[in-house]
Amino acid sequence: MPLNIDWRQILLHLFNFCILAIALYFLLYKPVKNFMAKRSARYEEEAAESAKLKAEAEELKKQYSDKLTNADAEIEAKRSEALHELHDYREKLVSEAEQEAGEIVEKAKKDASRERKKIIDGAGKEIADMVGAAAEKVVLGSTADAYDAFLNAAEKSIEKEENEIK
Amino acid sequence: MKKSAIIFTSVTVCIMVALLIGIILIEPQAESDINESMQDAVLHENDKIDFFGIPVNPGFISAVTTTLILVVFAALVRIFAIPRFKMKPGKFQLLLETLVNFFDSLAKQNSPHKNGFLGAYIFAAGCYIFVSTLLELIGLQWTSIAGESVSLGAPLADINGAIALGCLSYLIILSGGISSNGFVGVGRTLKEFSLPISMSFRLFGALLSGLLVTELVYHFLALSFVLPVVVGVLFTLLHAVIQSYVLVMLTSLFYGEVSEPGIKKEKKIKSKRGVAVAEK
Repeated sequence: MPLNIDWRQILLHLFNFCILAIALYFLLYKPVKNFMAKRSARYEEEAAESAKLKAEAEELKKQYSDKLTNADAEIEAKRSEALHELHDYREKLVSEAEQEAGEIVEKAKKDASRERKKIIDGAGKEIADMVGAAAEKVVLGSTADAYDAFLNAAEKSIEKEENEIK
Repeated sequence: MKKSAIIFTSVTVCIMVALLIGIILIEPQAESDINESMQDAVLHENDKIDFFGIPVNPGFISAVTTTLILVVFAALVRIFAIPRFKMKPGKFQLLLETLVNFFDSLAKQNSPHKNGFLGAYIFAAGCYIFVSTLLELIGLQWTSIAGESVSLGAPLADINGAIALGCLSYLIILSGGISSNGFVGVGRTLKEFSLPISMSFRLFGALLSGLLVTELVYHFLALSFVLPVVVGVLFTLLHAVIQSYVLVMLTSLFYGEVSEPGIKKEKKIKSKRGVAVAEK
């Protein structure tokens, strides 16, 4: 053969290379590639997980943001409602107090009127008695004695009325 | 000046003087014919080695040595390194991952439709060409059938090794064509009938030229200073990288070409879709 080409040696070279290729595939290429694939899969999984968590966090953030935005309006509404209720309650209390005060005043007026009438009635009778007694003394005794007796009688009657009022 | 520097300088000067004395005193050997050396480097007619009763070229012994080195290395890595791989890789792990990823990516880029087997093949071929070419640097010695000492060169500088790898690459391309496109794939691969010859002889020519240049340089005494560092080491390193890349790239490119799905079918599908849309 030209160039000293030997088919047997070519086959030997092929056989040698096939052994090498198979050994390298199973001992080096495949295990390293598998390891890289596993690591790649793990990183992809972690990336997907972190993306999912990020999306959830974004959603939560959005929810909280919405809540915060609505919270101001909600607080304002509740404040307004509370003020309204407070106003109503105050109005109610004032009206009740006014009504009660009116009743008390009315009752006091009635009582005072009744007492006045009673006092006036009692005083008229006593005055008549005192006038009778004074006239009797004027007729019977001196004028000075009669006058003193009149003042004493009047004083007594006033004290009596005050005690009765108390 | 430090004491260690003085010692280093004196030792270096002594060695240089001893070498010069040796060069002057030793009588030159009878110069062999340069044509004969070149012919031996190409044809290996006088340096056959006995391999279990079969006379083989030194290149085959180099190939077997390369296989042994790579298999032992791979086994050690599989047993001791791979089980200790970490999620955050160290330097050695990074080197292995980069190597595997380089061939895997090359297969995926050049043959996007079918690349699982191709990746494994070009990984093995790339490692084989690179390591076996670097083996030339070590210059392992073996005894030939004639009883002479033979230096083991690159296995692909042997025509038989180059033909084996070139033809195997062609067969791999053919298998990709068959598995992807059946008879059409066979046709596509056979269209490139010159491929096994070109791939084989490209490897052979490139590596043999390096060998011949090195042989030429070492043949003459005057060229044996400094120059071998450039010719022997740098050329061998460049060869190792370039030839690995070239064969791997060519194989993956042609594999991708023949395993690509047929264009006619797509056209038919598109035309059918077009008709369906028009009918609607």
